[in-house]
Amino acid sequence: MQSCMKQKFTLTQQDALLGFGLILPSLLVILGISLQPILSTLYLSVFESSRGINAEQTFVGLGNYTSLLSDPVFWVTIGRTLYFTLVSVGLELVLGLAIAQLIHSHPPGWQFLRTSLIIPWAVPTIVNGTMWRWIYNADYGALNGLFLQLGLIDKYIPWLTKPDVAMNLVIVADIWHSVPFIALILQAALATLPVDLEEAAAVDGANALQRFFLIRLPLLRPAILVALVIRTVEAFRVFDIIYVITNGGPAFGTVTISYLTYLETFSFGNVGRGAALSFLISIFTLIMAFVYIRILYRPEDSQ
Amino acid sequence: MKKRLRTLLLAIWIIPVLLFIYLPVAWLVISSISTRAELLSTPIHWIPQHPTFQNYLNIFAPGQGTSEVAKTFRITLWNSLVVASSVTLIALTLGSLASYALIRLRFPFRQSMLIGILGTRMIPEISLVIPLYLFATRFGLFNSPLILIITYLSFALPFAIWLMAAFFNTIPVELEDAARIDGCNRLETLFRIIMPISAPGLVSTGLFVFLTAWDEFFFALILTSTVSAKTVPVAIAEFTGRYVVDVGGMMTGGVLAAIPPVVLSLIFQRYIVSGLTAGAVKG
Repeated sequence: MQSCMKQKFTLTQQDALLGFGLILPSLLVILGISLQPILSTLYLSVFESSRGINAEQTFVGLGNYTSLLSDPVFWVTIGRTLYFTLVSVGLELVLGLAIAQLIHSHPPGWQFLRTSLIIPWAVPTIVNGTMWRWIYNADYGALNGLFLQLGLIDKYIPWLTKPDVAMNLVIVADIWHSVPFIALILQAALATLPVDLEEAAAVDGANALQRFFLIRLPLLRPAILVALVIRTVEAFRVFDIIYVITNGGPAFGTVTISYLTYLETFSFGNVGRGAALSFLISIFTLIMAFVYIRILYRPEDSQ
Repeated sequence: MKKRLRTLLLAIWIIPVLLFIYLPVAWLVISSISTRAELLSTPIHWIPQHPTFQNYLNIFAPGQGTSEVAKTFRITLWNSLVVASSVTLIALTLGSLASYALIRLRFPFRQSMLIGILGTRMIPEISLVIPLYLFATRFGLFNSPLILIITYLSFALPFAIWLMAAFFNTIPVELEDAARIDGCNRLETLFRIIMPISAPGLVSTGLFVFLTAWDEFFFALILTSTVSAKTVPVAIAEFTGRYVVDVGGMMTGGVLAAIPPVVLSLIFQRYIVSGLTAGAVKG
């Protein structure tokens, strides 16, 4: 070991050199298309340019941020975005956990169910949105057709004309797409859990509910947390599905924070304000990312 | 006996879940093969009396009366395929090399670089799009597949690095040590030993990146406007625009857009589940 010291030192240097060489192309790409743009966005956000993306700019400092933070529309939009995020992610977690449990208890057909879950997960978001928009259609939609035949309604209802109903229906479409993701992750996690703990608890007289909440759920905590954080970040910046199903309507009633940013920047031409908004979204997301990495990446067990 | 009854009761719960999964998909497919008259009929025709593949013909063999969106849909399918495959190839090549370095080699700032790269995965597209839009117009890349390939790498590359890092972590170091003792240098070890046994990781990472790129909507919406670069999601969203909504065409576009990711995911099912676990569950 001792005699190798000198050579080992050069090997370490070689490793470092090779390491930099291997990582350099990726680093350049990331610097060019992620870091530089996000800094430019920050820069743009301290200017006012209200006549489109290539227009003249006046320096306003934190003006865009202060005007946003004192604008009731901003807070209403934040509230709406939080509603979407909490309700959809909350329901997705409960349903995902239930389906994972169902698969894990291996009833007849569980393999078919697991395979089936992949389909909604793989259907592109835009297709998902278009499909549900057609299902919700006021005059010819399948939801109206089905509900009428089941006797739940006595005439066709224009579902997407009330903001709160529209928002909840967007959530249903989001659930269809995302529950499978959570269910697949959780059923994989369930499959790796030790069975002896629960068996021991059963012998000690714990009932099924106690075993679930006191043993299984705590053991699933890491997987649940990860699924939650991924979905929360995604849901908070929801855009595609709203664009397709409601277009932000009715009466801007389903405009979320990403959609507001899109409108400000590309419809109203308030580039500075849009940049400030998008930077606020980034900050929130990066805070989430930080939490995420702290949860996910633990160097001590990576070796 | 009690146990059998319990599993039977559980099996009943599978039915509503399957209905929730398959009913919307079934309606998507049925709508794509229904005539316009049947789609717009009340009460609703669940099973089309005159199923037709006219909508599919409109896209693959456009005639006189077909709408502009349907006519150009085939080209957008091709655009999506080119963009998603290129992004997958680039992200996989650059990403696997970088993540190998980040996981196995010791060098300064390794840890902070890993965390930084993982952090960029979290930057929302909307925070990047204005500068990228300005960049695209300045260099004449607006409306070209190239700008989509470049911008998609902003999420695809960190994603690939992240997934591959999780995978490399599962390969025992002893394997490499053995190869090094046998006289292979680092690069030889990487290409002769590590890459071949990483095939499952590469497949699942490639699949995830491809699906994400195929799914992407926002950059394509902002950065493309004509058929020369437009991707499938943008084309589908456009069916709803204009004055007349061509529902049948829209649903057909949806079916065609969903086929590649759904078929790929079903074929590589095993990799999807293990990839979700590696990327998400593994600590």
